[in-house]
Amino acid sequence: MNNRIVISLCAVVFGLLAGAVLMLATGHNAGSGYSYLFEGGLKNAERIGNTLATATPLILSGLSVAFAFRTGLFNIGVAGQLLVGGFCASVVGLGLDLPKVLLLPVMLIVGAAGGALWAVVPGLLKARFNVHEVVSSIMMNWVGFWTVYYGVQSLIKNPSSETESKQLPEAATLKAAWLTDLFHGSYINLGLLVAVVIVLVIAFIINKTTFGYELKAVGHNRDAAEYAGIAVNRSIVYSMAISGAIAGLGGVVMYAGNASNIQIGILPSQGFDGIAVSLLGANNPFGVLLSAIFFGLLYSGRGFMNAMTDIPPEIADSIIAIIIYFSATSILIERLLRRFKRRRANAKIAAVQEGKVKKSYVDNDR
Amino acid sequence: MDYVVEMLNIRKEFTGIVANDDITLRLKPGEIHALLGENGAGKSTLMSILFGMYQADRGAIKINGKEVRISNPNVANELGIGMVHQHFKLVENFTVTENIIMGSETRKWGVVLDVKRAGKKIEELSKRYGLNVDPYAKIEEISVGMQQRVEILKMLYRKADVLILDEPTGVLTPQEIQDLGKIMKNLIAEGKSIILITHKLKEIKEFADRCTVIRRGKTIGTVEVADTSEAQMAEMMVGRQVSFKVHKTESKPGDVVLKLESLNVKSSRKALALHDFSLEVRAGEIVGIAGVDGNGQSDLVEAVTGLRKAESGKIYLNGKDITGIPVRDRIESGIGHIPEDRQRRGLVLDYTLAENMVLEVYHKPPFSRGGILQNQAIRKYADEIIKSFDVRSGEGAVSSARSLSGGNQQKAIIGREIERNPVLLVAVQPTRGLDVGSIEYIHRRLVEHRDKGNAVLLVSLELDEVLNVSDRIAVLNNGELVGEVRAAETNENEIGLMMAGVRKEARA
Repeated sequence: MNNRIVISLCAVVFGLLAGAVLMLATGHNAGSGYSYLFEGGLKNAERIGNTLATATPLILSGLSVAFAFRTGLFNIGVAGQLLVGGFCASVVGLGLDLPKVLLLPVMLIVGAAGGALWAVVPGLLKARFNVHEVVSSIMMNWVGFWTVYYGVQSLIKNPSSETESKQLPEAATLKAAWLTDLFHGSYINLGLLVAVVIVLVIAFIINKTTFGYELKAVGHNRDAAEYAGIAVNRSIVYSMAISGAIAGLGGVVMYAGNASNIQIGILPSQGFDGIAVSLLGANNPFGVLLSAIFFGLLYSGRGFMNAMTDIPPEIADSIIAIIIYFSATSILIERLLRRFKRRRANAKIAAVQEGKVKKSYVDNDR
Repeated sequence: MDYVVEMLNIRKEFTGIVANDDITLRLKPGEIHALLGENGAGKSTLMSILFGMYQADRGAIKINGKEVRISNPNVANELGIGMVHQHFKLVENFTVTENIIMGSETRKWGVVLDVKRAGKKIEELSKRYGLNVDPYAKIEEISVGMQQRVEILKMLYRKADVLILDEPTGVLTPQEIQDLGKIMKNLIAEGKSIILITHKLKEIKEFADRCTVIRRGKTIGTVEVADTSEAQMAEMMVGRQVSFKVHKTESKPGDVVLKLESLNVKSSRKALALHDFSLEVRAGEIVGIAGVDGNGQSDLVEAVTGLRKAESGKIYLNGKDITGIPVRDRIESGIGHIPEDRQRRGLVLDYTLAENMVLEVYHKPPFSRGGILQNQAIRKYADEIIKSFDVRSGEGAVSSARSLSGGNQQKAIIGREIERNPVLLVAVQPTRGLDVGSIEYIHRRLVEHRDKGNAVLLVSLELDEVLNVSDRIAVLNNGELVGEVRAAETNENEIGLMMAGVRKEARA
């Protein structure tokens, strides 16, 4: 695990270095670029709050992907699950007239159920018919996209706009006055607490429970799990359902926390960012938490950098992309680290050393 | 220049384990040199160093008297060293030729692949060394023995002079082993030198000229095979005297534990693999299943353990019908299973040893309470198995199962299954790839398990093992029971004929 932390940090450092090179190559000052980028995310309480708020849906979408990964599945349908989760929660939030303390839990549950429903379909298809979950969950993204497109217009249309849903009432959003005040007017909301709690719950499930043990066993080696009497197909369905439920919660946080309505015709990019977050976080719940916050920092800082310098905001996106490349190719970094360690170890053994590299041939005519 | 290869005072350390400690191996030109050692003695590590997959921490390698540094397998290839790995490295849906030329393709006009020319060359090589390989067959269509010969051809094609064969006989039938012996003789007759990694003394006696024995990472000595007995070599390898005979008392069969009634099982290819099969295994006896690989053994085992559905027929355990019940219920009713393929079925390689030791019991107290894993209890249980079955690993119970050598993985699985004390133990190839010391030990544990009043169903491709360990032997041919014999009243010949499908009454 320690090794993974080093690798992720290396990926970040390389990404930032590459970003600096990009800035220099396009004729900008990398130093001031980065200082504005980080200031934009961290300068004052409000900006820190916004960074955390940006990170919140990423924590949940990253966790959703990571959970699936840990159990041997690739859930690429997080975007659709976010959208459906958010939509279901919004319908309930607009339709039920309950006090906030009751309404919010109901919305969270319904949102999680919506996300789970959307993920369970690929899970069932995989378990029953061995359909690869990547294909089916991408399909479900678009089914979700159009279902919500239609659903928003027919159920919860905003009277003053064709392309968005009604504004959620105050009782149906995760915004909390004390949090907003604490961070001097930031749009940070209770979603962050939800995300942190879910991180803890998932870490517990994965590492400490028999349930997590089963799911991971199926993910690592289906044949051995079957041999041990674990219900393999059921585990696959459960894994997808839980992964989808996490994503559904992410949807609630996005559409009833950071925002207070749904724009139709947009498949949320946070769903795909979840893959990157999970990769950088080494599929570990706490790693996901940290990497999501880091991504949140880059996303919320890039606007400020753009405003203060003439560095295009795409540079920040490029940095993110490069970091993803480095964490995806972690094996390269691992090899580098190993070579580095070996060189140090070899230097220590001052004993007799082997001869120089000679690619001398052996005669074939012996 | 007396030696082709000299590995002098090689040392290699991995985290927590010294795999090679001051090992010296000298290979003469034109000899078959056996490298003998127990599982985890450091044979594979040493050869990986010679083949450039690892670098030695200390020591020197000389090829034809010249000191060299082999930094990767390509360098080894250039130096004329080739290796046939225990697990073949072939692309299943490529032809023999395509597999052999991969990485050094012959080309026409610099860009177009010239398979034809390569095919011809391979055909010539195959003839010259008596390998009998069809260059245009696809790998997935040829037998394991031929796949191995493809690997040998691959090295010859790359002009290797020193061939390393890593446990080459583990996957072969007795006939194929004899063929391999002939091929090795052909190879040395043509001036090649061979390092044969093995722990099978019989084969060393039969094929090798000299033998270097290593134990726990150290060289014990190099001997002339002709002047050394099997028992002497075994003692050098294990460090104590070993008996080849399985000591056991007469079996005292009790009640029927497993009863199979006209069982029909379809294979994964949907063909009928087990046909109208009936068998009884009683408490306190070991019933061996003999047969050539692929004659329905796996299907029988999977049907009994619940991994495969029986088409028709009944399976009873202690009189209870278990035909349709799921795997877990069978485990709970007392079936233990040492699977044929330890890496595919037996272990979750990415789990730690401790996690693997509770693979079937993790959901029960004391290993979990209220759905929460109890790591301390798991750890304690694993430590006990590791200790009593002498499972060697870098970091004990927390080592990942992947990091263990094959033999230690096997010992861990056997320990796990026997520790659960099942009334019926289904042991499939339990000593595959193990050294004499471990084989002796495992056979003893199987007999002990029998003596505690349990039933053991032993499925093995090693005829010696079936004959030595079993009390009764059932012979399978083409999915049918050819006959049953008492082990004490039969011999290799009779069983061999039955394995070929000749029924007892037909001969009378």
